[in-house]
Amino acid sequence: MEMEMVSGRPKTLLPVPTHYCPGCGHGVIHRLVAEVIDGLGIREKTVVVAPVGCAVLLYNYFDVDAYEAAHGRAPAIATGCKRVNPELVVFTYQGDGDFAAIGTAEAVHVAARGEKITTIFVNNAVYGMTGGQMAPTTLLGQKTTTTTSGRASETAGFPIRMSEMIATLPGAAYVARVSVSSPKNVAQAKMAVRKAFETQIKGLGYSLVEFLSQCPTNWHMTPVESVRWVEEQMVPYYPLGELKVPKEEY
Amino acid sequence: MGKVVIDEEFCKGCTLCINACPQHLLRTAKRVSKTSYHPAELVDPEGKCTGCGLCALVCPDAAIQVYREKKAGVKEK
Ligand SMILES: Cc1ncc(C[n+]2csc(CCOP(=O)(O)OP(=O)(O)O)c2C)c(N)n1
Ligand code: SF4
Ligand code: SF4
Ligand code: SF4
Repeated sequence: MEMEMVSGRPKTLLPVPTHYCPGCGHGVIHRLVAEVIDGLGIREKTVVVAPVGCAVLLYNYFDVDAYEAAHGRAPAIATGCKRVNPELVVFTYQGDGDFAAIGTAEAVHVAARGEKITTIFVNNAVYGMTGGQMAPTTLLGQKTTTTTSGRASETAGFPIRMSEMIATLPGAAYVARVSVSSPKNVAQAKMAVRKAFETQIKGLGYSLVEFLSQCPTNWHMTPVESVRWVEEQMVPYYPLGELKVPKEEY
Repeated sequence: MGKVVIDEEFCKGCTLCINACPQHLLRTAKRVSKTSYHPAELVDPEGKCTGCGLCALVCPDAAIQVYREKKAGVKEK
């Protein structure tokens, strides 16, 4: 009987083990982005801007050119790169501490300017790399190392829905929220990443894909518990789906 | 009919693939891999793996290769 390979490692993902914890959503998101880059045949002209956060070393994993930005400033670097080289496909990869806290100004204004770049935004409801502190996206009641009895709105305010906020800006052409909590959600997430890159390639404006991503380590859960937590706790506050699609497309 | 191959260089034993397999064919191995994890392994004595690829979709470490029986008459791409 003859067998054929129907899925394996994408070419754009280098054949090296990552430093991510077992079950971490970053790994799935890396693979999906690499698969889309392979699928669109754009590896030779893609540039990634790495964040500060757990994904700080992503240029060791993606076989594309890369910059490392200061914390939260990836959209500014990406803007410069894309404006000087409009033929390139440029994306930032940012956590919620990076994109929704220290880098909020860059995050909002890159969309307001309608820069033709893509952001892969990884919302895991905590600062992962620094040990699980509260992020702007931490849910009310969620325990972190800086909200030890659970986030309370009286002292810590309310979680930010970045995608909804960015989607109100005319410069944002494609905005979607996805998760990697089940095979179905992973498949849908890949379609969203593809549309986001296509939006950029067609020059239609800024594109953003927000991933709800599990951080089993700082949530103090097993990987399986953590994907359930995404579905039961995060999705009700951060609903999945496309928030905005380019007018002439899809 | 299908088959999966788990690359132990990459597998971190997270069990997400085990959780995703609709046929319940994957389990955590007792053995410890070179990278110090208990890797996932396929246990499929009756050949029930359909090659659906759901395990590979959720794998955070791109550790799973999925193979499926070639359909007769379908030309190679
Ligand atoms: C200017 C600056 N301020 C603070 C830090 C410390 N720091 C490193 S990573 C991080 C937060 C990362 O969280 P997030 O962006 O959510 O990414 P994750 O690690 O969860 O993937 C912080 C505050 C820093 N490196 N630089
Ligand atoms: S700390 Fe959390 S986000 Fe960082 S690698 Fe570990 S699981 Fe992933
Ligand atoms: S999902 Fe991947 S890393 Fe996790 S146990 Fe299965 S093969 Fe290993
Ligand atoms: S390909 Fe499908 S049936 Fe086979 S091990 Fe993976 S999830 Fe199970």
